[in-house]
Amino acid sequence: MISFLPYAVAAWLIAIGLYGIVTSNNLVHLVVCLSVVQSATYVLLLAIGYKTGGQAPIFADIPVGTTAVDPVVQALSLVDIVVEATVTALLLALAVQAHKRFGSIDPDDLRPLAG
Amino acid sequence: MSFRGRRALFLVSIPVALLVLVAAFAGLPDFGNYSGVYGRALNLIAVPQRHATDVVTAVNFDYRAFDTMGEEFILFAAVLGLAVVLRSMREEHRRASHEADEEHKFDEPSSLLRAFGVLLVGPVLVIGLYIVSHGAITPGGGFQGGVILAAALLIVFLAGEYLAMKFVAPHALVEFGEAAGAGGYVLVGFGGLVFAGVFFKNFIGLGDPAHILSAGTIPISNGAVGIEVAGAFVLLWTEFLDQALVIRGK
Repeated sequence: MISFLPYAVAAWLIAIGLYGIVTSNNLVHLVVCLSVVQSATYVLLLAIGYKTGGQAPIFADIPVGTTAVDPVVQALSLVDIVVEATVTALLLALAVQAHKRFGSIDPDDLRPLAG
Repeated sequence: MSFRGRRALFLVSIPVALLVLVAAFAGLPDFGNYSGVYGRALNLIAVPQRHATDVVTAVNFDYRAFDTMGEEFILFAAVLGLAVVLRSMREEHRRASHEADEEHKFDEPSSLLRAFGVLLVGPVLVIGLYIVSHGAITPGGGFQGGVILAAALLIVFLAGEYLAMKFVAPHALVEFGEAAGAGGYVLVGFGGLVFAGVFFKNFIGLGDPAHILSAGTIPISNGAVGIEVAGAFVLLWTEFLDQALVIRGK
């Protein structure tokens, strides 16, 4: 049972986030939904690297050789988080400019740029 | 497309996408049974080889330090792009600073918020420095600590006012910090090239594991990244706050 639950959570986050993006009527809400989709990748990465009974890969208090979870996927999650932060910031900046130009943050109100 | 149309299309297509996803997940190792050879090897060799007790930091700032350089410049480029997107447009003008005083019509922060802010700034700064400097020993490092350091400045804004934040962290200083941090990290890489013959090779004495000055170049890289990340986030917030408080339409 527990063996597939983390993967199910990741799939659920992708699906629910995509639903939010597709049905969104607010650009800020849309960006948050994209973050939800992206958070699925953290769950997936950390779930893949988990070892039953494993400790955190920090050997300050535990001796080297203790069963520990995989440090490589954790390092990758860190990259993932940095990328997500930058993507979110850039998209929110675009939302600010879209609001200035169109006076609305409803994606349906966006029209092709003129001049 | 209408809201209903979009939702209908989504509900039809998402089962197909999920099916593909489930098929892909089926090929993954069972939860708790991962046996990646690199992770296992790193967990065994990081402490004896690099004297770094936090293996995640050892991976990020030593074994794959070159990739982290790319990651760092993703952040750098993104903040640059953000500054371009949020620049003052032709029809906009920046308010002069004396105007800002009069037009700064945010509600005054309550005295409780002010008191908490003053109390929090110091401890948050210390936590940020602690997280940056102990990156090689315990969970943390330049990226995490840098964000905490930047948060301390955000508290100055919350508890005082925007101008106070700009006084504590002038734009030019923040920009310089960000660039110096990014450049400093690359310099550590060149240090490896010059002193050990390989780009980003750990070329400094390793010290005792779990000591604050251990793990060779890792604490130095962490410091550089910490400065860069703190600068990047303060710049990012400044750009957004400028939109709300300084830049005005026609």
